Amino acid sequence: MRIGVPLESLPGESRVAATPKTVEQLIGLGYAVFVQSGAGDLATFQDSAYAEAGADVVGDEVWNTDIVLKINAPTPAEINHLKSGQTVVSLMSPALKPELVAALAERGVTALAMDAVPRISRAQSLDVLSSMANIGGYRAVVEAAHEFGSFFTGQVTAAGKVPPAKVLVVGAGVAGLSAIGTASSLGAIVRGFDARSEVAEQVESMGAEFLRIDVEDAGPSADGYAKETGEDFNRKAAELYAAQAKDVDIVITTALIPGKPAPRLLTEEMVASMKPGSVVVDMAASNGGNVAGSVADKKVVTPGGVTILGYTDLPGRLPTQASQLFGTNLVNLLKLTTPGKDGTFVLDLEDQVQRGMTIAHEGQVLWPPPPVQVSAAPAPAAAAASAAGGVDAKAGGRHTEKKPRDPRMKYLWMAIGALLFALIASASPAMFLGHFTVFALAVIVGFYVISNVSHALHTPLMAETNAISGIIIVGGLLQIDSDDLVVKTLAFLAILVASINIFGGFAVTGRMLEMFRKD
Amino acid sequence: MTSNVVSAAYIVSAVLFVLSLAGLSKHESAKEGNQFGVAGMVIALGATIWLVLSRSPHALTTLLLIALAMGIGAVIGLWRARKVEMTQMPELVAMLHSFVGLAAVLVGFNSHLNVGADSNTIHSIEVFLGVFIGAVTLTGSIVAFLKLSARIKSTPLMLPARHWLNLAALVVSALLLVWFIQSHSIVPLVLMTVIALAFGWHLVASIGGGDMPVVVSMLNSYSGWAAAAAGFMLGNDLLIVTGALVGASGAILSYIMCKAMNRSFVSVIAGGFGQEVVVGDDVDYGEHREITAEGAADLLRDASSVVITPGYGMAVAQAQYPVAELTKRLRDRGVEVRFGIHPVAGRLPGHMNVLLAEAKVPYDIVLEMDEVNDDFGATDVVLVIGANDTVNPAANEDPTSPIAGMPVLEVWNAKDVIVFKRSMAPGYAGVQNPLFFRDNSQMLFGDAKQRVDDILTAL
Repeated sequence: MRIGVPLESLPGESRVAATPKTVEQLIGLGYAVFVQSGAGDLATFQDSAYAEAGADVVGDEVWNTDIVLKINAPTPAEINHLKSGQTVVSLMSPALKPELVAALAERGVTALAMDAVPRISRAQSLDVLSSMANIGGYRAVVEAAHEFGSFFTGQVTAAGKVPPAKVLVVGAGVAGLSAIGTASSLGAIVRGFDARSEVAEQVESMGAEFLRIDVEDAGPSADGYAKETGEDFNRKAAELYAAQAKDVDIVITTALIPGKPAPRLLTEEMVASMKPGSVVVDMAASNGGNVAGSVADKKVVTPGGVTILGYTDLPGRLPTQASQLFGTNLVNLLKLTTPGKDGTFVLDLEDQVQRGMTIAHEGQVLWPPPPVQVSAAPAPAAAAASAAGGVDAKAGGRHTEKKPRDPRMKYLWMAIGALLFALIASASPAMFLGHFTVFALAVIVGFYVISNVSHALHTPLMAETNAISGIIIVGGLLQIDSDDLVVKTLAFLAILVASINIFGGFAVTGRMLEMFRKD
Repeated sequence: MTSNVVSAAYIVSAVLFVLSLAGLSKHESAKEGNQFGVAGMVIALGATIWLVLSRSPHALTTLLLIALAMGIGAVIGLWRARKVEMTQMPELVAMLHSFVGLAAVLVGFNSHLNVGADSNTIHSIEVFLGVFIGAVTLTGSIVAFLKLSARIKSTPLMLPARHWLNLAALVVSALLLVWFIQSHSIVPLVLMTVIALAFGWHLVASIGGGDMPVVVSMLNSYSGWAAAAAGFMLGNDLLIVTGALVGASGAILSYIMCKAMNRSFVSVIAGGFGQEVVVGDDVDYGEHREITAEGAADLLRDASSVVITPGYGMAVAQAQYPVAELTKRLRDRGVEVRFGIHPVAGRLPGHMNVLLAEAKVPYDIVLEMDEVNDDFGATDVVLVIGANDTVNPAANEDPTSPIAGMPVLEVWNAKDVIVFKRSMAPGYAGVQNPLFFRDNSQMLFGDAKQRVDDILTAL
């Protein structure tokens, strides 16, 4: 089958849906690839590079193919190029553009929306939203650095000391994490904040400090105060933003809720309280913005000297990289839909991922898809585990372990144990008790001596204990003097095998320890 | 006088043994620890032999007998210790455990034969317990040895009603103990020994190969208790102290291993884990991606930090030498290379450390799971060599997984993961590993040693 990659018609779009590298991969899947002349120019991929990779560089015939790969949703003019039975893959925003979905369905084409990939781990390799957000986060920092009048990293130079820039990143999604990583690799002091406190670890792993707000302090709420807590959270978060705004030099906001206006995080007063020369990058400007005063696709300088960037084309500002990642996501999609690797496109609507992305097929509107079953919800999972024969011993054991035990039970058992021992001891000779004292103390010494053993030395330790337990040879030695021939023989054997342990154990321990060395 | 000097010698050796084990808990003092152990043993043996000879009517014959027995043992022991491959350490350790068990059985029988019908109740119990533990250790260790050396299959033996069989063995042994106490006859002792031998055999036979680290350390513990029991029957404090030290040490190691697998000790001992697990075949994990040795070399060339997580597969393929060579090459290029060792990697606690040490990897870059787990996020490339279950993200993420909750090496947080594997077959736990299907994982199929050599060539 033939794949067409047209020139993007949207003004300002610099990306392209295939690069010479992904063209090679598509051809490897058995497809013939046609690229419209000039499609990759803005992303620095020239026609000759595509030709070299094995694509045919063509004109408008690019629409005369079986599968069209695009970045942006087809325009009405482009839809007119499409024929029934053709497949078109691009970003579609089906939730926001029902008329587009209807038009595509009416045309009889199969339309796959790259921005409707279900967010399950199996589909990560097709998730363009993630790959674009990653680029956007990087670019947001670069744009901020471009506007910012100082270094990011702190330096002590002959011309004086430069303090490091302080960067606040709000929202720790893919874009936020990418921004955090970029800013901290430039040397800035980076702080991250997200309403989901469970992402703290990810934020910290990227090199930022995670700012926490203590919502628990709200005091004991009786019942049904969930909403109150939410308001409480918002109030505390606002306090945090207000305090941070006065302190930081750069703010990057990434709080975007799909299909809804972006939440307002920074108010005008907070922006006004920022130092002159500070830079705010509002990555949610296309949906109304997280920051008061941000304008989509514009740079705004407030009277207080704060620059607010509302660029919505951040990924497109890295057209080469963005095209490569987008193209790879498309290749991964085609891998999924080309099971035979023979250039035959097979759409499997039973597959969760493909079903989720398909918004129009054979004249039918297939948007919205049925809800995705998120893998293994915890509750039925636990039930399943205890139902599955062999697992239950373990699963059951684990559950009981986690339950806090009644401490009184422990003391009760200890008391019973002590009582039983007293009973046995009362019937034993004094000699036995003396030995038992030694035994009990030795066990305790053993526990304390061994419990901090370095993991790496477990094997030598075991070999050493092997050698030492050869001390049982003493038993044999004391018995070999017997006049009874049977006893003598058995004792002889005992000495023999115990000697193997002693000599073998010590020797092999020594050999192993010789090998451990430090640089 | 003699007995006092011998007692003093015993106390000194007991202290030396404690120092020896304490020394072995740190790299810096480990060699000294081994020397303390040898010194303690020399003192204890010297004193005992002197004691025996001074009481013996035919001192010369006795001395010759002792020298002969110890000589044969020494030759066998030293020969095995010199010859053993480091990959075969688990077998050797298991074999040595069985000797302690055998010696305990022999000493127990002797002790009974010496005392005979004059025996009191406590002594009878001591003999009985000593022989029981010794016999279980003996056959258990032999089975462990056979499994580890692949002379028999390592899959768990699944007899019907196996838990009842075990319970029955214990109950019958308890009844025989009562008979033995009352009759002082050797018959119940022999019967019990047979049952205990079978019990030990069955106990370990029903535990699978992947649980061997726990089994071996458990048998280590048993061998200690056997020695302690022998000490009780002979009224010898040195044996009691040493046995208790070894028993406690083995118990702690077993506990560490169990914790590392998030398993309760009882469930390991009861056996059978991994067989009845229903593998969720219906789950579609997606496609795995392959990489060539050249591709892996490219990744390594550009990396600034690399973590290698070896598993049993590295031992099987004997890949530790090329891995060490790779480590050296990368370190010479200025790449930070470290090893992340899961506590149950391999078939013996600390097995991987010994293999890497053998191949001359410095121990300060060989880290434990907890030391390295937080660093994966900042790691460029992770090489998973012959490990599977110990790097399975399902343990953290999938509550239905049979290994759920087991602490694992979180390799998937790294930028790239290269998995060396022979095929896509699941690991010991019989669980598919979603790691292989992650976006940042790539598979390098084939014999680990061969593949690492290929990478070295490509570098």
